[in-house]
Amino acid sequence: MSLEIHDISKAFGGFRALDGVRLSIESGSLFGIIGPNGAGKSTLFSVVSGFAPADEGQIRLDGQSLDNLSPPARARAGMIRTFQVPREFRHLTVRENLMAAAPKQTGESLLGLFFRPGRVREEEGAIAERVDQTIRFLKLSAVADQPSGKLSGGQKKLLELGRALMVEPRLILLDEPFAGVNPVLIGEIMERITELNTRGIGFVIIEHDLEALTRLVPQLAVMDRGKVLAQGAPQTVLDNPLVREAYLGGVS
Amino acid sequence: MEAYFIAIGIIALIYVILSLGLTLQYGLTGLINFGHVGFFAIGAYTSALLALKGVPLVFSFAAAAALAGLAAWPLGLVSLRLRDDYFAIVTLGFSEVVRIVITSERWLTNGVQGIPGIPRLYEGLGGSAAQLAVLVTVLAVTLVGAWIIRRIAGSPFGRLIEAIRDNEEAVQALGKDPARFKIQVLVVGAALAGIAGAFYAHYITYIVPDQFIPLVTFYVWMAIIMGGVGRVSGAIVGTAILMLFLEGSRFLRDIVPGVSEVDMASVRIGAVGLLLVLFIMYRPQGLMGDYTKR
Repeated sequence: MSLEIHDISKAFGGFRALDGVRLSIESGSLFGIIGPNGAGKSTLFSVVSGFAPADEGQIRLDGQSLDNLSPPARARAGMIRTFQVPREFRHLTVRENLMAAAPKQTGESLLGLFFRPGRVREEEGAIAERVDQTIRFLKLSAVADQPSGKLSGGQKKLLELGRALMVEPRLILLDEPFAGVNPVLIGEIMERITELNTRGIGFVIIEHDLEALTRLVPQLAVMDRGKVLAQGAPQTVLDNPLVREAYLGGVS
Repeated sequence: MEAYFIAIGIIALIYVILSLGLTLQYGLTGLINFGHVGFFAIGAYTSALLALKGVPLVFSFAAAAALAGLAAWPLGLVSLRLRDDYFAIVTLGFSEVVRIVITSERWLTNGVQGIPGIPRLYEGLGGSAAQLAVLVTVLAVTLVGAWIIRRIAGSPFGRLIEAIRDNEEAVQALGKDPARFKIQVLVVGAALAGIAGAFYAHYITYIVPDQFIPLVTFYVWMAIIMGGVGRVSGAIVGTAILMLFLEGSRFLRDIVPGVSEVDMASVRIGAVGLLLVLFIMYRPQGLMGDYTKR
């Protein structure tokens, strides 16, 4: 699956949050996006996932144009995003959060619910099994039946990743998966991401933590003031004088 | 005295049916519907007018539910584009539009004079037997309604509407369209209100636009807040408390000296208001509410 972002611009009032962003991310890759606060990273995710329509430019996922699709339709096309501030369904337990994320449930239609109860039960059983696997994979077993609103920041990040996995996407957009997460859990999350990537799921990861990200991804882009400054292998990109100037404030 | 209790029981159950709709809409889905009475009115007038034209009551009740549900459809479409608080205002406006339309469309609704002589349910039985039969029927419908809401609450559909209440954008990000669910929730709640309206019309036998003021909506809100938002048991218990206060305060004038009949009406509403304030201060999750969830 390739994600092609072509000349995307987005302004809020007079502020150009994205200014002709152009990125090409290959199928199944592990791709990082770094940049200082206000560089437009999260805005880029919002535009790509359809929450904030682009003013200009095109987005294609595996050749399919996403430009006229709603956020749910983009998700169904195989690309799931997470949010910088976790958006757990706080009154639901971890298990229920994951169950709710499973796609195409007969029991989510009132007709199916009342007229095909047998099928609903069957599906619930199958979903519960997948949820159990996901909970084990993310090591959330201890909190599986707790209201998700009570989880720690890092656990919420894991839960969001889990919800994304339940949809069985081909590409996951992670918005700062390590922010506010304790170092032990960061290692944990990285391992999970790497493992999922070897199974063929692509990731685009926005991260503030430069050091963490460079350990994880073979390819990254640097953004500043709504523009992509450079793209490539971490070391090459970080050696780019433009990047040093903008992102590292010129400090060598 | 027995007839009085049956009468109170019927009205209370009609309010429970209204509360069930709001439990689904607000308690589970988080939709702030301030226009519930509008659907109640549509149900009452639809069934009353059809019954007076000779339509059998079974069909007039069905039409009441269908038309009230149908009226919720456009509101559902509006809700997709509005933030919670704006949606609340739009629904309130909707119910006032309904009331003003039935006030001014005299050719259809007889305007402020209202519709008298609406046929009762079980008229053939006569007297207290008919009353009791009505009570049993409303009770049966209430139980079916309660069963439906509980079934929904415990289902994948219920899980998803609770997810929508907690975070709509996250639901969208998972590839599900909150709009579809919200519309269904609004339609089901409105259809229930329509049935409640039909029961009301055929029980009171005389309806005028003034019976469908926003206060009715807020009584229902008070009931679910006191009972515990989002729980079927809360809708039932909350309505019971509301009725106890609205009706119980009637007897206050025998005890409290120097309060006239007219004053009493205000005192009753004041008492309910005070009760609501006390609940919000000391038990915000309602009587049947769950501390851990809210």
